[in-house]
Amino acid sequence: MALFKSNPNDEFYTPYTVWNALTKGNWKTRLSAVIMGFGQLAGHRFIKGLMYLGVEALYIYYMVSQGIAEIAALPGLGEAEQGKVWNEALGVYEYTAGDNSVKILLFGIVALFVTAGFIVIWRANMKGAWKAQVLQEQGKPLPTFRQDIARLFDTDIQKTLLTLPVLGILIFTILPLVFMISMAFTNYSKVGQHLVLFDWVGLKNFGEVLNFGSDIGSQFWSVLGWTLIWAFFATFLNYIFGMILALAINRKGTRGKAFWRFCFVLSIAVPQFVSLMVLRSVLQPQGAVNVILQNLGWIDQSLPFFTNATWARVTVIVINLWVGIPYTLLDLTGILQNIPGELYESARIDGASTVTTFFKITLPYMLFVTAPNLIVTFTNNINNFNVIYLLSEGNPTPVGHTAGKTDLLVTWLYKLTIDRQEYNIGAVIGILTFVVLAIVSLVTYRSTGSYKNEEGFM
Amino acid sequence: MNATVKKRVSNTLTYIGLSILAIIWVFPIVWVVLYSFSAQKGSYISTILPKAWTISNYTKLFTDTSILNFPRMFTNTLIIAICSCLLSVFFTISVAYCMSRLRFKLRKPFMNIAMILGLFPGFMAMVAVYFILQSFGLTEGSMIKVALILVYSAGAGVKFYVAKGFFDTMPKALDEAAEMDGCTKWQIFTKITMPLSKPIIISTTLQAFMAPWIDFIFAKVICRANANEYTVAIGMWQMLDKTYINDWYMRFLAAAVLISIPIAIIFIFMQKFYADGMGGAVKG
Repeated sequence: MALFKSNPNDEFYTPYTVWNALTKGNWKTRLSAVIMGFGQLAGHRFIKGLMYLGVEALYIYYMVSQGIAEIAALPGLGEAEQGKVWNEALGVYEYTAGDNSVKILLFGIVALFVTAGFIVIWRANMKGAWKAQVLQEQGKPLPTFRQDIARLFDTDIQKTLLTLPVLGILIFTILPLVFMISMAFTNYSKVGQHLVLFDWVGLKNFGEVLNFGSDIGSQFWSVLGWTLIWAFFATFLNYIFGMILALAINRKGTRGKAFWRFCFVLSIAVPQFVSLMVLRSVLQPQGAVNVILQNLGWIDQSLPFFTNATWARVTVIVINLWVGIPYTLLDLTGILQNIPGELYESARIDGASTVTTFFKITLPYMLFVTAPNLIVTFTNNINNFNVIYLLSEGNPTPVGHTAGKTDLLVTWLYKLTIDRQEYNIGAVIGILTFVVLAIVSLVTYRSTGSYKNEEGFM
Repeated sequence: MNATVKKRVSNTLTYIGLSILAIIWVFPIVWVVLYSFSAQKGSYISTILPKAWTISNYTKLFTDTSILNFPRMFTNTLIIAICSCLLSVFFTISVAYCMSRLRFKLRKPFMNIAMILGLFPGFMAMVAVYFILQSFGLTEGSMIKVALILVYSAGAGVKFYVAKGFFDTMPKALDEAAEMDGCTKWQIFTKITMPLSKPIIISTTLQAFMAPWIDFIFAKVICRANANEYTVAIGMWQMLDKTYINDWYMRFLAAAVLISIPIAIIFIFMQKFYADGMGGAVKG
């Protein structure tokens, strides 16, 4: 019951709840629960009443014509295989349409979403009917349709402004996510020929991926390990080198600060995928770097930038530094200039060396200011698809493995779903990536919370 | 005396270090620009500087459209970018305004859900989005453009945090004063909030405009083999494919230069407005 009863002390308290409508409403209001818009129609508010009635009619038509069958098919996900029937008269095989589990799953979920949407409208209908009844009993005039519309541009403006964005999020973000998450519990995969017909398998996929012993499991743990190592190095090396660079440019003695900054920021202006693809092409075994080095006689064989696991891992981290340091430089320059000068002044009087001032003043100050940002960068790096995929494509890949030595969870997910059509395993990995990210962010939000309590650096 | 020597040494060391680093950062870019004018064929590059020069890499990019049609890719991307940026800006700004200026029951839940959604790998649901677009019939022919526009803009509502931060800095007193003068919320939104938030609107617009130029994954999944609908990013990826790389490597570099110019200009603009935007809406 607590769900339906509003607390009068609540900021958004309203007496017009569905629960009140059902328990205290008169017969007209209660009848609205079955015939939507009845309360409105009885109050001579025809447009609104007819709209509710229309929604109900549409919903019933949708459910009867397809919705019920679609939801009913969800537990089984379809059984009928595509059949071949010999047609004597024509002398050909005729194909009978089989079930398609993907469509069944998708339409089933859509039907559930439509039903949820209908319930939202139904609740609005009940509340409206109850409100109309209360107003009538108090002898107050009911708002006209025109007034209702006007309210949508005034006190209820959020309904107008949010409808389309929320619909977009529902259809293109939440619905696909639910669809994808449910795939994790099926055997929808090219493995075992389950691309057309598949079934629910419960938690089996999770067991397989998390199991150290299984083929996919051992790959998962090694990819997860590398993802975390990558995110750590990509984030902190970037940060430290970016800061050293920013300090070098901003130190008192350096002249031409704007020129130096321009040199480094220039690379940001080139779209990331362009610079990554160029770097990939020049670092190939027959790419410009290897050929030129060989012609100069510095090396005999091509350097295995993307063909040796360790080389590849170092290469992607180093190239990520090339891509990332200019951004760090931009971000940190502003903050560096804000460090109170008196701090350095007093440190100098006390005879502190440059190194000491860096570790005792600059670094703690920067860490304090940029900690939340640093953590966001860390989570972004866990999901850094572009750098890995455009540079190494996750290679080198050991024979018989689906995951390469530089694959992150996201790039592996991409390969599994797009290239190999192992949708169920891909979905499990997506969910596990979410779990990793959620843990990282949870820990961070807590720690940034504690930072806030410290009330500033001073 | 000792102090001056020390200073000079540290200055020299800094300059040497900075010069080496600057070369590392600038050289690849200069190299790409130089080689985009190289008359040499193929991807086998054996010298640091090109031996012969030509501008045919650029002209061929626009005239030789039989295999990979660069002008068409360019217009495709431009159309998609313009439409999706209009939609995204509308979505982002509306949501940010509601989250910042209005108080309603579902505000907090919406913000929490948006945060959770942000934690899922962006394209995890890509396959599902593809199936959904397919059931709308948007994955064939020129409808692919519509599909890509939707993919880039439909989820824009969850990326409202920066704009909300901006709106939060605008004094509430402005809204209250307007309300006293009898303005409706809609009038406040269109006549007061929007004009004052030019910096954030421009920065959101430019960001949304750039997304289709630099996105690679979504476009690849949705276009698949429909070469007519390729965006610039997939087209350039194709140029480096084993079948094309010999003829197309230099043209790839030329395309890289061509794409970088507008994006560099946009970037410089964005920097300016971004800095302004952070300064707050109402000064003094």
